[in-house]
Amino acid sequence: MSAQSVLFDAPGPRARRRILLGNVVGAVVVAGVAALVLLRLADRGQLDPTLWLHAVDADAWRYYYWPGFLNTVRAAALAIVGAMIFGLLFGVGRLSSLLLVRTVCGTVVEFFRAVPVLLMMVFFWLLLANGGVENSSFWGVVIALVLYNGAVVAELVRSGVHGLPGGQREAALSVGLTRGQSLRSVEVPQALVAMLPALVSQLVVVLKDSALGAIISYRELLQNARQLGAGEGNILQALAVAAVLFILINYGLSKLAERLSRSMRRTSGKTGTMAAGLDAGVGTGATAVAAGPATGVEEGPGAGTGDRDHPTRWS
Amino acid sequence: MQEYLDIVRQYDVLGAFWVNIQLAFWAAMLSLALGSVLALFRISPIGSLQWAGSAYVTVFRNMPLTIIMVFMVLGAWGQLELSLSTDFNTNFFWLAVIGLSVYHAAFVCEAIRSGVNTVPIGQAEAARSIGLSFLPAARLVILPQAFRGAIAPLGNVLIALIKNTTVAAAASVATETSSVMKTMIEFRSDYIYAIFFTFAIGYVILVTPIGLLTTSLSRSLAVSR
Repeated sequence: MSAQSVLFDAPGPRARRRILLGNVVGAVVVAGVAALVLLRLADRGQLDPTLWLHAVDADAWRYYYWPGFLNTVRAAALAIVGAMIFGLLFGVGRLSSLLLVRTVCGTVVEFFRAVPVLLMMVFFWLLLANGGVENSSFWGVVIALVLYNGAVVAELVRSGVHGLPGGQREAALSVGLTRGQSLRSVEVPQALVAMLPALVSQLVVVLKDSALGAIISYRELLQNARQLGAGEGNILQALAVAAVLFILINYGLSKLAERLSRSMRRTSGKTGTMAAGLDAGVGTGATAVAAGPATGVEEGPGAGTGDRDHPTRWS
Repeated sequence: MQEYLDIVRQYDVLGAFWVNIQLAFWAAMLSLALGSVLALFRISPIGSLQWAGSAYVTVFRNMPLTIIMVFMVLGAWGQLELSLSTDFNTNFFWLAVIGLSVYHAAFVCEAIRSGVNTVPIGQAEAARSIGLSFLPAARLVILPQAFRGAIAPLGNVLIALIKNTTVAAAASVATETSSVMKTMIEFRSDYIYAIFFTFAIGYVILVTPIGLLTTSLSRSLAVSR
């Protein structure tokens, strides 16, 4: 299934010998790079066990990682809910039959997709702080994430509706629904189910971008790890722990998205995968998950990562 | 209006954008090189290289860019004494470039690999059946189609990279746009909206043509199947 099937035949005896040789050389090179890094770390005294112990002991968890993690989750959860509401409103708005509504929603979505999340965070943080809002850095993080990811979700909604077979709308119209009713009660609900995997992938983007909050002094996981490291003199170790936490959570979410899209392809067949097609590639912090296996047909400047079963088509 | 233009000149907004463009240019070059090597690893038939490539992608795709940038300054430079230039600011600039490249290389790798994945298996079978061996088949049949399939995802990575150069703020690059915007707002909060929209529009102007260009390129160069 993977790329080898295009590029390589099943290996014969000679190719197998060459692959074995390549394997040995490759393993030696990878091990060599790892050894170099470890030597450098040891040389600077970074492998000292006390440094690592202080980065993972109970106090570090209780006072730094856990509260930071909770703040990260709080911001990300609020942001993904807000982004869904924003995305639904503007995604449906882009499908409106009124030219004015369509243009306004389109402009808003394209604007927020093009502006870096960090710029929005800094702006809303300082704006709210000037207005005397408490927790201005928290709201700065949340609002910026809602606007950017909401714009991405709006594109997901739009492409999800476009990906539905035309017969869905025709059927709705023929039983007497108006275009708006057809959108609301027939097309968008189906598109929402179909875009579930893409939404979960978007959650990975939200979690990663929430770490930008460290720059505007929101006390999330990265910021707390940095403070732990500054206090204990083990910044490298503290950052490593934070990085591992992020990787584990995001890896789990990516796997979940893969599973969802696989089961969806089974149940809803072609409709589901096509509707979930747009991969929110233009992600900031993000580039979204540019290689989820379920990404297929795409529309506009989303990413087009087609897999073998559903090669990308540009019509 | 005149006063606002003076502020824009005083804080050298254009210069700030130029720093981000330079960051994006060098990071694009480096990440394209590194990402291509990783993609080669992942599509090679050699198990250990495949493993190394996918481990790299898994790690860096799931890690926030901000951690990498903080690591470049506080870890690689602060603790491991990795120095790329004797000049303070130049040093931070290149540390930021490396951080950006390391992160985006994972996405470049996936973009190229997805390009290879758009080539149907029948193309390879046809190439073999007319007697092409591995290298000619790859050079003449598979890779040309793969590159054309990879244009759109690579364009998306480039757009994300340009926007992500603002995260260089976390690597102490003080002359790039997000840091300059913060300073401007702190000193001239009476112009906060104008300042934000100046920078925001700047990015819209930078990013939109690239999106349009790669979309139209990927359409016109698409292999119709």
